[in-house]
Amino acid sequence: MKKIAIIIPAYNEEKAILGVIEELHKLLENIYFILDIIVINDCSTDNTAKLIAKSNCIDLHLPINLGIGGAVQTGFKYAYEKGYDFAIQIDGDGQHPPHEIPKLLAVAQEKQADVVIGSRFIDKKGFQSSAARRLGIQYFMWLNYFLIGKKIKDTTSGLRLINRKVLKVVYDYYPDEYPEPESIILYALHGFSIAEIAVTMRERQGGVSSINTFSAIYYMLKVSLSILYTYIRIKFQHTK
Amino acid sequence: MGRIQIITISVNLLFLCYVIWLIIKGKLREEYSFVWIACTAILIFFSFWRDGLTYMSELFGVYAPPNLVFTGAIFAIFIYLLQMSVVLSKLYAQNKQLAQELALMKQQMANKPISAKNTVHDENNNDLP
Repeated sequence: MKKIAIIIPAYNEEKAILGVIEELHKLLENIYFILDIIVINDCSTDNTAKLIAKSNCIDLHLPINLGIGGAVQTGFKYAYEKGYDFAIQIDGDGQHPPHEIPKLLAVAQEKQADVVIGSRFIDKKGFQSSAARRLGIQYFMWLNYFLIGKKIKDTTSGLRLINRKVLKVVYDYYPDEYPEPESIILYALHGFSIAEIAVTMRERQGGVSSINTFSAIYYMLKVSLSILYTYIRIKFQHTK
Repeated sequence: MGRIQIITISVNLLFLCYVIWLIIKGKLREEYSFVWIACTAILIFFSFWRDGLTYMSELFGVYAPPNLVFTGAIFAIFIYLLQMSVVLSKLYAQNKQLAQELALMKQQMANKPISAKNTVHDENNNDLP
């Protein structure tokens, strides 16, 4: 039986995290997999630590705040070390409905995809984010398309599945800040097959986005640069 | 020897003593002290050889000797700042790794009971990097 790790990075998610874990447990009742819930508390300043310590999940507590990339990577490291076949990353704020998880698994197994990304923009259903954010997401789609020749519509989606082959790569390197668009480049250049499927997302149930208006410009610049650096680094490694 | 020479030389020597004291006290690592000692040595050298600055300016084609000092000093500072960023980046990476391993270890130590379908498996982890 396949072993699946659900990885939930949580930073100050006291309002939503228990709801997410509960929903996942309901999902567990009618799924034929070994499925573990791994919550990474990224040194939250609210009650997240206490809440997840008491709930029925594997709780990892970072002693310092590493940001989303470092937190997710902690989960990936756990999943790789414990021999999981798949790792599925979902947000701790309730944006990603757990009932979409079986869809990701089905695609990973049927289409033999190494990476499966849940996308808001294929069926254009559910929460679609603001126009400004969609513009940013599209910019990354074109940047990635230009570099790897593959169109991933929802480049910032945090609902993803990766298999064990990919886990081995992200064990060693995973971007720190705003890892989503950059990791797509990483996966593509390592030769992993990426599938994107339609999912319906909700508006966050609590907490705040890791990207606010003031840091939007920094975000765009930082991620663009990171994508280019990653592209050059991996291209260079492969030709060496 | 001019008054300014005496001032610069004594200030430089004091600075050198301070750097050495920091190393002895273990507050500064030897590899970072190197650049400070080298800078002080250069300054002391030119304090003694006052015409040296004019000579060097002519050699590089700089009209006003102080400009050479500023250009050289700013360049050195930039290089050193870049070096500091490299050191910081390395520290950040090491710090991150430590934090992650600590989190993983704490989880292992806690031995938290997890219900039926939510089980931790220890087999299959023989292909670790």
